[in-house]
Amino acid sequence: MNEHQQTLWQFMHEQADKLFNQTLQHVGLTFISLLFAIAIGLPLGILIARKRKLSGTILGIAGVLQTVPSIALLGFMIPVLGIGAKPAIVALLIYALLPIIRNTYTGIIGIDQHVKEAARAMGMSKSQILLKVELPLAMPVILAGIRTATVINVGVATLASFIAAGGLGEFIFGGISLNNTNMILAGAIPAALLAIILDALLSLVQKMNFKKLRKALYILPVVILILGGFYALPSAYGSTLTAGFTPEFMGRQDGDLGLKSTYGLKIHTIVISDAVMYKAAFSKELDVISGYSTDGRLKAFDLKILKDDKSIFPPYYAAPIVRNEALKQFPKLEETLNLLARKITDSVMTDLNYRTDYLHQTPERVAKDFLISIGLYKAPKNGHNGVVRIGSKIFGEQYILAEMYSMLIKGNTDYEVSTKTGLGGTKICFDALMNDQIDFYPEYTGTGLLVLLQPDPKIAKEMAHDKDKTYDYVSTEFEKKFKIKWLKPIGFNNSYALMMRQKQSKDLNVNTITDLKNYLDKN
Amino acid sequence: MIELKGISKKFGDTQAVNQVSFKVDEKETLVLLGTSGCGKTTTLKMINRLIEPDAGEVFINGKDINNQDPDILRTGIGYVMQNIGLFPHYTIAENIAVVPKLLKWDKEKIKARTQELIKKLHLPENSLSMFPHELSGGQQQRVGLARALVTDPSVLLMDEPLGALDNVTRTSIQKEFKGLEELKRKTIVMVTHDVQEAFELADRICLMDKGKIIQIGTPKELLYQPINDFARKFLAGQRLALEFKVVKMQDIWPYLPKVTLQDGKSLSADLNVWDAMELLRSSDRSELLVSGANKESKAINFEQLTKGFNQFQNEQVHE
Repeated sequence: MNEHQQTLWQFMHEQADKLFNQTLQHVGLTFISLLFAIAIGLPLGILIARKRKLSGTILGIAGVLQTVPSIALLGFMIPVLGIGAKPAIVALLIYALLPIIRNTYTGIIGIDQHVKEAARAMGMSKSQILLKVELPLAMPVILAGIRTATVINVGVATLASFIAAGGLGEFIFGGISLNNTNMILAGAIPAALLAIILDALLSLVQKMNFKKLRKALYILPVVILILGGFYALPSAYGSTLTAGFTPEFMGRQDGDLGLKSTYGLKIHTIVISDAVMYKAAFSKELDVISGYSTDGRLKAFDLKILKDDKSIFPPYYAAPIVRNEALKQFPKLEETLNLLARKITDSVMTDLNYRTDYLHQTPERVAKDFLISIGLYKAPKNGHNGVVRIGSKIFGEQYILAEMYSMLIKGNTDYEVSTKTGLGGTKICFDALMNDQIDFYPEYTGTGLLVLLQPDPKIAKEMAHDKDKTYDYVSTEFEKKFKIKWLKPIGFNNSYALMMRQKQSKDLNVNTITDLKNYLDKN
Repeated sequence: MIELKGISKKFGDTQAVNQVSFKVDEKETLVLLGTSGCGKTTTLKMINRLIEPDAGEVFINGKDINNQDPDILRTGIGYVMQNIGLFPHYTIAENIAVVPKLLKWDKEKIKARTQELIKKLHLPENSLSMFPHELSGGQQQRVGLARALVTDPSVLLMDEPLGALDNVTRTSIQKEFKGLEELKRKTIVMVTHDVQEAFELADRICLMDKGKIIQIGTPKELLYQPINDFARKFLAGQRLALEFKVVKMQDIWPYLPKVTLQDGKSLSADLNVWDAMELLRSSDRSELLVSGANKESKAINFEQLTKGFNQFQNEQVHE
């Protein structure tokens, strides 16, 4: 335990600069959106307190917006607002809106009628009543709403890293992808502390008596503005090109770290979720992205892979990994899963991915069409001889593979199938396998080596460039360490790759990563 | 001077106020008396346009209030309300200063006037920096009155001003209000459901029921010349106590013995029977010296007082 804390501390110490920047961004995001939410929510709350007939509609709309899952909301924003700060701020502001509108409304209608009447009877105009009586008296309730909104925002702002808006989510989601507990904690602990501290500070303001509150109300907007201003701080270094890397890529030796150490690449980098990365590259918001070599969007968005001339990206051959227990329980499973071995090449996989990602065909249809085309499809036998549980990570290729395996099992055996698709990152998927929540899922040799086994860097380096060595190494180690078996590789190599738009690559004459480095150094 | 001409107001299907007309003379106190729901508060609120009438006109000092900006109209009319309605987030000083600030008085003037009022209303000096919840109910009501009086408006509207107080505090504040010079120079319309309070403070009483005026007159007229059964029954429960208050020494003068004693400090014949009885009870004197018209003085003991009162009463009934 002691050692564990030590290393977390070390990690935070090493990454102090990043941590500080992310924390500032996080605070900035939280408060900028809060400011806008107050600017919109407060007048709306006052409006519906005046015109009560509108209250149902407006609170209803704000309530519905509140229930939209945050990732979906971020997704809706991208076509309209692109990536980065704008959509993140808008999404956060939408979540902060409901508590502010509702509390302004309840605060104002909850004021003693006699006090309002007294104000009228003394000749105060409507605006005087609002400013001198209603708002001050409703203020404790309004502040409670702002407090709720702030805490919600601190939480939701972690998701901003999905769309390249920064914040502590970069560490949290990077850590989940990389199976790096220290990294997760380095993001999660400051985020939790932020929520607790801001909540406590605002509760102090809320409990002030009227006299102090009056002063505090002048200071509060200034504080919110300053904190919001953190977000406007310039980012680390600027370069003529902008790269968008996934959180996972950012923390990997065979990712951003390798690019820096082996190639000496210095590029202005933002962290972004791979769900939106390709589109952002296509719409010229990003110039270089960290994609997967079989991704269908490569084809869809006309992107070019830059050659890894110093080979830092290890091979990522896909193969199903199965618990030994499951192989015993379902004797025909191994044979069935191996039906797919060496059947899918890189270009075939890219094409299949293209169909789901770009043509929006269902993974089920794509899987079925493909199995039919190679003559492996059989009608389901509808057997009842136990349930095989298939897992998949949360991207298209894995859905397709899961569907294929499901069809193969149903067509060739008497087993039933349940699929648990979309299991987040590698860590979540692997934990599900280890904890007997699923029986198998498709994994990649490189991931197995660098993320799950994390061997001595020397061994890793030696291994990393030979696909057979890598496969042999992970096979034996997984058997020893986890009692998990790697079945035969499916055939394609879905490795990391840097990509650019075809046209830009041609214009700049950048074809390899070294070209890219040289170009950046010159400009 | 206030004049209402045929004022009516409907809330939904209920005729809250129905063709009410009356005049309040300058420096007169008119009390609107009735059970709850009789329309008295609605009538009052139509005088400063807190409620707009459906029909009829209201004139204050000869001017139709409909032609005035309601906010400006209200800053010129003092208003004291049942639940006091002090601003909980304002100190007492700030509460009192609300209307002067609306009228843009300078700070010194507000301060001087506030000091003057809290002395007159027997509020402690240090209460000025307190918040309303730190004061007793009686003190809060005094602040409510100070707030209404601060700009010295000629017209004062009071909606059950003592309704939130307990009986003991209420009686003592009633007395205090009655003795207050500031109130004596104002034209006042006051609403109450408390018959005792009406008789204590009114110059004239306007008895209302179901949105209509039943009778307007002096307390004495209401008591001895009720216009119908409703008016009679309304006062019946407390008749004796009311009579003691209404009947003054000068009323029963003829029925008091013609014994003139030595000169000395004498009381005015304006004294009512109730107060005379209280004086006889509370002091160790067995007789009161009262001077009536024609510089005639009479010394009266308790027995003579009750006897004279009874004779007066009999006369009234026979009329």
